[in-house]
Amino acid sequence: MLAGIYGLLSASFFVSMDAVDVAFTEAAVGAGVFPLLMLTALTVTGRFEQTAHRRPRAAFFLVLVTGALMILGTLDMPAFGSPDAPAHTHVAARYIQLSPTEIGIPNMVTSVLADYRAFDTLGEVVVVFTAVVGVLILLTSVDQRQRPSPANAVETMRGHMILRVVSKMLIPLILLFALYVQFHGEYGPGGGFQAGVIFAAAIILYAMLFGLAKAEAAIKPSILRLLAAFGVLLYGGVGVVSFLTGVNYLDYSRLAADPVTGRHIGILGIELGVGITVAAAMILIFYAFAGYAAGRAEAE
Amino acid sequence: MLPELYNYWVVIVLMMIGFYIVIVQGNLIKKLIGLNIFQTSVFIFYISVGKVAGGSAPILAEGVSVYSNPLPHVLILTAIVVGIATMAVALALVVRIKNAYGTVEEEELQERDLRC
Repeated sequence: MLAGIYGLLSASFFVSMDAVDVAFTEAAVGAGVFPLLMLTALTVTGRFEQTAHRRPRAAFFLVLVTGALMILGTLDMPAFGSPDAPAHTHVAARYIQLSPTEIGIPNMVTSVLADYRAFDTLGEVVVVFTAVVGVLILLTSVDQRQRPSPANAVETMRGHMILRVVSKMLIPLILLFALYVQFHGEYGPGGGFQAGVIFAAAIILYAMLFGLAKAEAAIKPSILRLLAAFGVLLYGGVGVVSFLTGVNYLDYSRLAADPVTGRHIGILGIELGVGITVAAAMILIFYAFAGYAAGRAEAE
Repeated sequence: MLPELYNYWVVIVLMMIGFYIVIVQGNLIKKLIGLNIFQTSVFIFYISVGKVAGGSAPILAEGVSVYSNPLPHVLILTAIVVGIATMAVALALVVRIKNAYGTVEEEELQERDLRC
């Protein structure tokens, strides 16, 4: 619960510092997916800790010294919000001035994410994909019989009538909103990462309220695995297609007759890839955790 | 001059809270929560560096000439999603440790390792 509030709080921090795109992501991840994952993991590992804290005084001293040294270091930093800080004087100025004409979309965050730094983003999508593979290897390769002791918290909310009725009405809207965020990412805050996480949050909510089995019947893990890989493939594929048009990898300018339209198409393509991978990845991770917790209950 | 640096100090305080939790707590899950707080402090650091006084969100709009720096936003946007994915891997590892050792307390884990 506290983690959820913390996530929401940091999201509002980000809004106040004009980072709407980031706030979006943090709200969905920090307040939605992360606490749920934590809860599921906690049901497996047990709720209480036994050992007392170890040498807190020495640790406190160490932390205090490190913090003091870092504060000493900040004395030379540029003031908060100062427009001539080094961070704003190099490549960022170019992004702000030229991206509206070069890329032709209003949301600069999207144009930097999906065009200027498309390679970087490709790497990050691959990291998400790899993380899913890791989680799946770790959690689904175990022999079912090895899992001891009970408790299945994933489905503890099944009895709540009001929650179920309200969420039944809400989930389609959340899904719709995710699609809006996905395809409106060029004009307002949004894009593949946010949409993917929101979409996944809706499915995870469904799984929590109606049981994992029903969610897995609606959206099959095998299809999700394919989708997670397909998203990465789509992203990389757009890059290969731009190769074939005779320009650099992930340079979309010749995807259409007019470079600006070409960039538009390219960005739409890779954002779709990102959205699919992220959504499939998050749902798969949750399935893996919830399935692991449920498997223990069955074993008993 | 000093009050202008408060954003860094908030970040440092958060970071040190996370650091302290990682050092002191013996429970692996709590260590992960500490790491998460540490991570968020870095996010806030980046975003606060990207803030320009009087600037607006970096979405093209009429009548706005000063925008925040979009670059840190991009970096952190992806970092958040990557962060949750790696956090999931870490949690999965903890779950498997619980499965193999029956505990997630650091000291008990070390005792068992020594006994073997």
